[in-house]
Amino acid sequence: MAAVDDLQFEEFGDVATSLAANPDATTISIEDPGETPKYQPGPPRGSGREEDDELLGNDDSDKTELLAGQKKSSPFWTFEYYQTFFDVDTYQVFDRIKGSLLPIPGKNFVRLYIRSNPDLYGPFWICATLVFAIAISGNLSNFLIHLGEKTYHYVPEFRKVSIAATIIYAYAWLVPLALWGFLLWRNSKVMNIVSYSFLEIVCVYGYSLFIYIPTAILWIIPQKAVRWILVMMALGISGSVLAMTFWPAVREDNRRIALATIVTIVLLHMLLSVGCLAYFFDAPEMDHLPTTAVIPNQTVAAAKSS
Amino acid sequence: MAEAAESPGDPAAASTRPLFAGLSDISISQDIPVEGEITIPMRSRIREFDSSTLNESVQSTIMRDLKAVGKKFMHVLYPRKSNTLLRDWDLWGPLILCVTLALMLQRGSADSENDGGPQFAEVFVIIWFGAVTITLNSKLLGGNISFFQSLCVLGYCILPLTVALLVCRLVLLAKPGPINFIIRLFVVIMMFVWSIVASTAFLADSQPPSRKALAVYPVFLFYFVISWMILTFTP
Repeated sequence: MAAVDDLQFEEFGDVATSLAANPDATTISIEDPGETPKYQPGPPRGSGREEDDELLGNDDSDKTELLAGQKKSSPFWTFEYYQTFFDVDTYQVFDRIKGSLLPIPGKNFVRLYIRSNPDLYGPFWICATLVFAIAISGNLSNFLIHLGEKTYHYVPEFRKVSIAATIIYAYAWLVPLALWGFLLWRNSKVMNIVSYSFLEIVCVYGYSLFIYIPTAILWIIPQKAVRWILVMMALGISGSVLAMTFWPAVREDNRRIALATIVTIVLLHMLLSVGCLAYFFDAPEMDHLPTTAVIPNQTVAAAKSS
Repeated sequence: MAEAAESPGDPAAASTRPLFAGLSDISISQDIPVEGEITIPMRSRIREFDSSTLNESVQSTIMRDLKAVGKKFMHVLYPRKSNTLLRDWDLWGPLILCVTLALMLQRGSADSENDGGPQFAEVFVIIWFGAVTITLNSKLLGGNISFFQSLCVLGYCILPLTVALLVCRLVLLAKPGPINFIIRLFVVIMMFVWSIVASTAFLADSQPPSRKALAVYPVFLFYFVISWMILTFTP
């Protein structure tokens, strides 16, 4: 009984301390009223904390909109300036990846997921992963194609990593740059309701490349039909995300130019995937290899080389 | 208190009274705890002179540094929550490991231009550039770890993979075949997991919990690429 009493006293003491701490908290929130009011601590908060967090997790539109207004702008030579590009949490990155994998007709990727908080974390690491995924699985598939040949000597082909890095990073940065310039130029001629910043375009392009990571890993299977089905699926998904994102930005423009822009975007995307498949996966050194023993696995590649 | 305030500004009053009389009026209230470290300049200078590396023999200097590096190697091989690796960082260990790895991944033959394996410079650049990128990434995400601490941890945690390469080279002396490859695969995967566990044990706490996965993923990619280079090595 005495122990229970002690506990009750302890609890009371806790409440007292939290009350004592409260005036401090309120003065802080008075000093800068722009801060998010939902972080203001109060006595009933202890019980509803989980609900609050859940609310924040599900409905981050309020949060991001609030943050967008008060985003501090540091000069570009400071470290804080670059920290704003990496201001994302794990669930946000996962949401954006999910958004790039599941295109919903009529929904805009930028407005739905990025919401004026474009990050460079996703584009950078998705590109890095894609570089190694393409180089490594291309190497593995070449190894599987030649498996069983007596004359075949396995080489790691490490040089292809740098080639893949050049291609992927050039695509993920130069195409958005060109597109941004083009949209800027068109905006000066025709007023568009929707306009994107350069970072938003980079972000969309970076996340749209994510689908190629599982695709590149599945390209290890040395079957031509499987590879082409995979490339079509990946292209359909990420191409439609890109098209649906950029369609509102050019919709107000001349019909022909708008269509040409979208077609160019999708064509460049197709060029990247098909080019990667052709360069990294169908081994070009097949030509000068002596084809002594033709095994069933090799017939596809042999037919192509002839 | 009023006396104390006026005494420094009034030299006539100060001359009639004993020096610093006003100070005696200032009392520190009993309930404010006064603590802290008082350092006397003379004392610290003497200590500095004692531990100066000028007077000791070269052997003891080198041995002390080697001991520090060895202690950090032990921390990586037996990772536990400890701040030794974080507190006093050095880049000797990472340099030694990186050069060892790059040298052992080098193919001996002269006609090795076309075999496509990683060259010394490529391994070197991948390790240092990768470590710097991961460190910048974790700093940009808002981690509270210093640049060189993170570089030090990432470099030291290559140790299991260097051991894996050593084992692989020994295994490759035997007759090549599927069993040979499976042994190498097993060793590399085990050491890869070891590296990840060791580096996350040191680095994960420096990030806010909502971003831990974002900081750990690049580390995973980094060690995965190094493991791939080790696994595909053939002399």
